[in-house]
Amino acid sequence: MSSKTAVLKERIIKQVLTVFAFSSILFLFLIFAFILVEGLPLFYKAGVNSIIFGMKWAPTKGFFGIFPMIVSSFLVTFGALIIGAPLGLGCAVYLAEYAGKRQKMFLKPALELLAGIPSVVYGFLGVLYIVPFIRNFVGGSGFSLLATSIVLGVMILPTVISISYDALMSVPRSYREGALAMGSTKWQTTWRVVIPSGKSGILASCILGMGRAVGETMAVIMVAGNALKIPGSVLDPLRTLTSNIALELSYASGDHRMGLFSTGVVLLSIIMVLNYFANVVIRRKVIK
Amino acid sequence: MRALLMLAGLCLCAAACGSPGSQGASGKHVVDIAGSTSVMPFTEKLAEHFMLEQPTFVINVQSGGSTAGIQACINKTVEIGMSSRELKPDEEKLDEITICLDGIAMVVHPENPVANLTLCQIQDIFSGTLKNWKDLGWVDRQIDAVTREEGSGTRGAFEELVMGGREIDDGIMVQDSNGSVKEVVATDPYAIGYVSLGMIDKRVSAVTIDGVRPVAEAIKNKQYKIVRPFLYLTNGTPGGDTRAFIDYVLSKDGQMLLKKEGLIPVYEF
Repeated sequence: MSSKTAVLKERIIKQVLTVFAFSSILFLFLIFAFILVEGLPLFYKAGVNSIIFGMKWAPTKGFFGIFPMIVSSFLVTFGALIIGAPLGLGCAVYLAEYAGKRQKMFLKPALELLAGIPSVVYGFLGVLYIVPFIRNFVGGSGFSLLATSIVLGVMILPTVISISYDALMSVPRSYREGALAMGSTKWQTTWRVVIPSGKSGILASCILGMGRAVGETMAVIMVAGNALKIPGSVLDPLRTLTSNIALELSYASGDHRMGLFSTGVVLLSIIMVLNYFANVVIRRKVIK
Repeated sequence: MRALLMLAGLCLCAAACGSPGSQGASGKHVVDIAGSTSVMPFTEKLAEHFMLEQPTFVINVQSGGSTAGIQACINKTVEIGMSSRELKPDEEKLDEITICLDGIAMVVHPENPVANLTLCQIQDIFSGTLKNWKDLGWVDRQIDAVTREEGSGTRGAFEELVMGGREIDDGIMVQDSNGSVKEVVATDPYAIGYVSLGMIDKRVSAVTIDGVRPVAEAIKNKQYKIVRPFLYLTNGTPGGDTRAFIDYVLSKDGQMLLKKEGLIPVYEF
């Protein structure tokens, strides 16, 4: 092969790869465009306030209020954090500071497996075990904020653990050595030195976990009960933004369908804000 | 690289093989059908069987809701409109053919001793005013009522036939299919929901309404009231191709197929 054709081949490969790389941005752009084109007209028609702050969702009768769903989405997200964050952080600290090689060899693949389980399986287990458990021993129908928080709490574990673990591992070895040399115990070192140093990474892991929880759909539909009210207690059913779209899309037409896309617009905005914050937090760490 | 090329080749091949089928449609007998999402799955099944027997026919089935189907039929954009509700006065110029009946049954957990409800009690439960099983003569426990999602044909029929203008409360749980409503009722002893009659088996028990059991007999002699017709609508006398499909639906094969799906056929053979 002459050197000329080799150079040409190199150039073609580079061009093709560039196209592939930018296609992801193209897809993102297309998704944005479609959701906005389909969803925005209703904001003009029904009014932003009556959609975002409206309390009543009855799209076939002309009510498009999704406020209860926005509240519910945040409730399950924080519920998931309350359950998932301490557990995940504990696991990350154990992995980074205490686990030996053999424990790590066992735990890391297990976590990857946990991340790989399809969400419908989490939902199924939730319906089969968590919902009846809550119904029998705590109260209510079982389809509730509590059940959803538990299921989502487990689902965000892999995100929280892997990112917090990376944050803790990036704390320089000299910090630990310094602390230990000053006579502090292992736990004092971890608690007073390592965790505060990895703070921004841990925070980012929680924000990304929130993003995961807000966006989760299938498992939530299965255990949340999907009622349209803002839940009055942790035992009440609720409906999130994602489940609203998935529940009703198959039958929707006309304004109803647009209403679901408007739900998508709001969801997209929430996820964008969360990702933005996660990026800000991570970048701040890098600049330091 | 070679693997990639092969994959691309396969894709091309599949695309090439796929096209002649759709191209040939122009020379065939085409019937367009649109309308109710509740009737659509059954029409699709009927169309599948019909097209197996009559390979020259192409039957296109689309959903969109009863109202959309009726409108499309009035505008003559489709040959047959499907509806799971009765026609309104201004729509009555269309010819309607009842292909079968679908009963909606109120179901509870098999352990639930409440065997009869009045229409009024059901209204109270779903409008959120009756919340405790104690008021129905059972234990002191909240009623876990389950409804269907907005837009569902079954929900539409339930609102019309049972609720009588009262609104379903926002605090009522929502599931997105007959199957998941049944699943909730089958697992939660304190639940109540409504499903298509064809869904009932040993895992849930249907309550009598005002003393009438929801069975095929009671539906046929009009004692059981929560029944909706599945209608085919045509604008004027149907042409040959359309006629052929409707004849098939009303034939023994078609009606048996609908019966097997849990619906109440209009003709017995």
